Amino acid sequence: MTKLGQWLWGLALLGSAWAALALGPLGPRVPPPCRQVLLPLPVYLLVAFGCYSLATVGYRLATFNDCEEAAAELQEHIGAARADLRRRGLRF
Amino acid sequence: SGYNFEIIVIDDGSPDGTQEVAEQLVKIYGSDKIVMMEIISILFSLGTAYIHGMKHATGNFIVIMDADLSHHVRLYFIKQKEGNFDIVSGTRYKGNGGVYGWDLKRKLISRGANFLTQVLLRPGASDLTGSFRLYKKEVLQKLMEKCVSKGYVFQMEMIVRARQLGYTIGEVPISFVDRVYGESKLGGNEIVSFLKGLLTLFATT
Repeated sequence: MTKLGQWLWGLALLGSAWAALALGPLGPRVPPPCRQVLLPLPVYLLVAFGCYSLATVGYRLATFNDCEEAAAELQEHIGAARADLRRRGLRF
Repeated sequence: SGYNFEIIVIDDGSPDGTQEVAEQLVKIYGSDKIVMMEIISILFSLGTAYIHGMKHATGNFIVIMDADLSHHVRLYFIKQKEGNFDIVSGTRYKGNGGVYGWDLKRKLISRGANFLTQVLLRPGASDLTGSFRLYKKEVLQKLMEKCVSKGYVFQMEMIVRARQLGYTIGEVPISFVDRVYGESKLGGNEIVSFLKGLLTLFATT
């Protein structure tokens, strides 16, 4: 199954469970406080996911390493390689 | 270094001097070490380069890298031996991997795009658009058959398909020192085409 397929399947499953519990048929058997929470649950989850995303990307952005030494080392290597190749006869 | 290696240079016929330098390298190191290939075709692409390069590769492992970055190939082999991985991928996002010379905007786009990719594709690797990978030869051949995308989306597809086929992927932190010899663009166009590619992979793999 494709990722899209998995998502659609999962959403359908959760969606129908939510609809059954929050909107209707099993109404009388679900205590009122539960229903109050269930109804806006999808929106809550969406907002929660949004916050999680922002926090995660923000954290990862802040901890994105800057490789100063790697850059310096690269320049050194390039210099050394050029010198070596020049010695062996390469003309740039 | 103690390893047997050969370098396959694939030239797309563009007048950037690659061919002259490569020919000189052949004279210096010998044609068993440097293999020159020329592909002149209108539809030259990353995938084409891989296909042609692979037909002539004689080793057991194939390392694919952007020519204007710096990496320590040795580390990849060490990692590969550690777990007999089918693929070893360089990652900028883990360990002491990172970038050099990127401003905040570019880092944000990169992290954001990667986050989206992780959520949608759950690929099992932290960096999908990496430009430095080691493959076992048979693995690369199998993946080449299965992958259909173009450009760097193709790189992403390789990892996703590899995961589906049950191949093991090891990761090595890399320092992405950006385009020492040129400017790398990350404009609106690139972002749009990335999103299109991502959604295509999402819907088809």
